[in-house]
Amino acid sequence: MILALLIAGTANAGDAPRVDAQALERFVLQDCGSCHGLTLKGGLGPDIRPQSLEHYDRETLSSVVLDGIPGTAMPPWRPLLSRAEADWIATYLLTGDTE
Amino acid sequence: MKRLFLAAALVLSGPAMAQPTGDLGLVVERASGSLLVVDQSERARIGRIEGLGDLSHASLVYSPDQRFAYVFGRDGGLTKVDILERSIVNRVIQGGNSIGGAISDDGGLVAVSNYEPGGVRIFDADTLEMVADIPTGSKTIGLVDIPGRRFVFTLWDAGETWIADMSGDEPAITKITGMGENPYDALVTGDGRTYITGLFGADHLTALDLWQDDPKPQPILDGYAAGREGLPVYKMPHLEGWALAGNEFVLPAVGQREVLWVDARDLTETGRTATHGQPVFAIARPDGRQVWVNFAHPDNDTIQVIDTMSKEVVHEFKPGPGVLHMEFTPRGHEVWLSVRDAGKVIVYDTRTFEKLREIDAESPSGIFFTARAHRTGL
Repeated sequence: MILALLIAGTANAGDAPRVDAQALERFVLQDCGSCHGLTLKGGLGPDIRPQSLEHYDRETLSSVVLDGIPGTAMPPWRPLLSRAEADWIATYLLTGDTE
Repeated sequence: MKRLFLAAALVLSGPAMAQPTGDLGLVVERASGSLLVVDQSERARIGRIEGLGDLSHASLVYSPDQRFAYVFGRDGGLTKVDILERSIVNRVIQGGNSIGGAISDDGGLVAVSNYEPGGVRIFDADTLEMVADIPTGSKTIGLVDIPGRRFVFTLWDAGETWIADMSGDEPAITKITGMGENPYDALVTGDGRTYITGLFGADHLTALDLWQDDPKPQPILDGYAAGREGLPVYKMPHLEGWALAGNEFVLPAVGQREVLWVDARDLTETGRTATHGQPVFAIARPDGRQVWVNFAHPDNDTIQVIDTMSKEVVHEFKPGPGVLHMEFTPRGHEVWLSVRDAGKVIVYDTRTFEKLREIDAESPSGIFFTARAHRTGL
């Protein structure tokens, strides 16, 4: 949780709107986790731990979260998340210690 | 011999060992890797078993004597626990990423389906030694037991259903192709006859008549979402054998806010009921008179109850944030709901809908009563 707050702090250092880091971390683990596993090492959906996402930059990953991947089970989260929240999630996934 | 040993153990260790297990159950505490032992009649938690690893999306089955449970963890762990002793009897890491399991009709074999490496592994229920390894080259879902020491399971990537007959010395595998694109879960009816798989990648479900010598895939509810925009699917629905209500199946639609009714004999559509959100579980009360439905994020704080005769929603309420699972008492007079984000299991009367009890639990998910030991396909 401390790590999550640090990341949130980083994300908030720029001009991004404030996001609820605690709620978003829960969201990643529980809701992303329903397909990608609670530890994010994969389930019906692929492994999304940092080492598996190295080929993504933050902006692309954030767009995948918002728009999904057509033709796969990855849904668009835009109805539920703002761009700032998706950016936070992308940063968390790329850098976070999700173990 | 085993019976003799058990009798001796009962005498030696006193009254705790003599506790009957018929109205007990286990609640998965997914974040802490533990199980709560619960007493259905007392509506109480009576113990905890710890050290089971990653229990997200965990499920379990019971030995025929209802004393032991086999717990299937997401981390590939297969753990045998003793409900009376509140202890882990044995634990093996059998795969990298598993999704569920089943126990054979004779109680002798436990099967686990795995995402990684894709396939099914079958273990001796006493020793947890592996007796068969059936790689499928695909994420494997919808594993159930059927009579005759057989297991049935389905391949997410390949769209095939396989039947593994374990009655002989070697597993005999029957492969059924053409089940449809991206099957995500399956159910089997309590008689072991009808196997239905839900499809993520197609606008129908597929049924098999397992009483046939050569079962053929039969599309059902073809085009149920035709002409309607599919909603984003934030959580795949679950199919369960208990979705049989009277003479009809109740099935959650994918990407739609509705449940679908199908005639259990000829598998034709008999109706639809619009629901509050996208259904995850649609579970019939054991008598079949009601169907209780929970929903995917962001509607997962709500439960709707549908009357089977009218197919109308007769009750709606919000038990709390993150209602993940429901388990009826075997005769259906009460239902237990796990409310993950409230850290509670809540017990309701299914006729009056009165709340009867709240039981503290750490991020509860699946609730499993021992009566499941005597049901095919659960």
